Amino acid sequence: MADAPLDRRDACPTTLTHKEPRMNTVLALSGVVILELCRRKDFYVLFVLTTLITLVFGAVNFFGDSSIFRYVKEICLLLIWLSMLVIAITTAARQIPAERESRTLFPLLAKPVSRAQVVLGKFLGCWLACGAALVVFYVFLTVLSATREPHFALSGLLQSMWLHWLFLAIVIAMSLLGSLVFAAPSSNSTICFVVVGGLWLLARHLNKVALQLAEPINSILYFIYFTIPHLDIFDVRDVLVHGWPAPSLGMCALATLYAAIYTAFFLVAACWVFRRKALN
Amino acid sequence: MASPGLILCLLLTGGFTLAGWLVPWQQQSGARRGAGGFLAALMGDSRRLFANHFFVKADVYFHSGYYPSIFDNQAMHQTPHMAADAGVSEDKNAPEEGSFLGPPLDWMDRFSRNFFPALHTHLDEGGADDHKKHAHKPGEPCELSAGLEKEILPWLRISAELDPHRVETYTVSAFWLRTKLRKVDAAEQFLREGLRANPGSYEILHELARLYLDSRRDPARARNLWELAFRRWRERAPTLKEPDNFALMQITASLMRLEERAENYAKAIAYGEILKTVSPHPDLVQKDIDLFRQKLGAPPK
Repeated sequence: MADAPLDRRDACPTTLTHKEPRMNTVLALSGVVILELCRRKDFYVLFVLTTLITLVFGAVNFFGDSSIFRYVKEICLLLIWLSMLVIAITTAARQIPAERESRTLFPLLAKPVSRAQVVLGKFLGCWLACGAALVVFYVFLTVLSATREPHFALSGLLQSMWLHWLFLAIVIAMSLLGSLVFAAPSSNSTICFVVVGGLWLLARHLNKVALQLAEPINSILYFIYFTIPHLDIFDVRDVLVHGWPAPSLGMCALATLYAAIYTAFFLVAACWVFRRKALN
Repeated sequence: MASPGLILCLLLTGGFTLAGWLVPWQQQSGARRGAGGFLAALMGDSRRLFANHFFVKADVYFHSGYYPSIFDNQAMHQTPHMAADAGVSEDKNAPEEGSFLGPPLDWMDRFSRNFFPALHTHLDEGGADDHKKHAHKPGEPCELSAGLEKEILPWLRISAELDPHRVETYTVSAFWLRTKLRKVDAAEQFLREGLRANPGSYEILHELARLYLDSRRDPARARNLWELAFRRWRERAPTLKEPDNFALMQITASLMRLEERAENYAKAIAYGEILKTVSPHPDLVQKDIDLFRQKLGAPPK
């Protein structure tokens, strides 16, 4: 049940007519994706696991001091990031292949729905569904912090959540593009995990590596450094865990613009690939 | 054909009987394997690698997340600060080790530094807090964020669980527990736990002696412990490739001061002579020795 796409009768796009505005079509498609994620068990399992592991670690008493909290926050945030990465990539990677495999894509495209609208609808659905899951995770973290931390800053937590959501936007768009390029969702998911992991953990250091190399590798590496999306800038876990001042609003706005550019890039590329792709 | 109920009863009885034999056997074999049985069985020697990782993690927390990665210039950062500040390791860090990031290399680097800790601080000097609430000179203790050092303890405890033979973990934890968090009993208990796992450790004995002198105000026990530490150091020194002169310096300096306080100048001179051979400032030690000689009534050499 979990992996099967929803019955088309549940989906709003069957009721669409060519008179409806384009945005309504995208929203209707995204609604289906959100419903699908609600019916799947991935999120619930990961949430319960995150909660349990965090609470177990939180219950440990080190040297009789129950006020030690930063390590719990770090573990909880790490689990949230990993859980959301799994949810985002696996959800986005199977959207279009599942529609094609169950042959629900053909009747969908027979309606006045363009391929670009399908891609955008799938993206928006995944992103909003991940946003909803993210809110649940961060509410848990907020409750935990409010009960254990003496100086708890809600603004920092909200900012961290916003940046995390932007990170997921890029990841989802990248996975959607991957689902149109690679043959199977499993291979796409694996490649996406490797690429996202690399961008997340290593991209920041590429310039330092480049400086130690000779030309022309230096220039090539620097070009790659500026071209790839720096997913690390959305990861403000260290700032949150160690109580540093949150990035300024101006910086957050710039990060939002940065995420928007890369998300748009991957979505445009996905639309372009999808338009040229033979479906059967 | 027997009923399924009977078969289930038979299986349950068989399981119960076997458990009565297997559980004590497993407990005995676990005890034979020694401390850390489960972790040792699960992870083998790899747990030492993880123990080192968690020890470094504690130092990362001591710096509130500002720490060099493998891609950064680590030449200036040789000793964990929390260990150097605790006086259990020789500080080999360069004075400018806090600036390992250097100036931003490009606009992307400058931009990304807004999203991770990019300032050198220590938890005992306020950590990240002092930049939000108040300003004080670097290196000064911060009253408003007192006790933040406790945040390094979970990682040190995990490190000790993974590698009970890593002596530094016990001495560093005990220092912060007794000096900043005023948990002298917990510090002593942890040191004794370390001593049980490392019976010949002069480092732990030295830290235990410091605890008895500074926190329990018991110079007699402190002297006994330092003397034992000195003996252990002499036993171990021939087996080491390079003798641990830093530890010898600390032990003999402590003994010299203790004997000076007790007015046992002859002993203080003897320890001072050993200290002089390993101290980076032998001239200052010589001045102390001359002073003790004067007090003893003997002419200075």
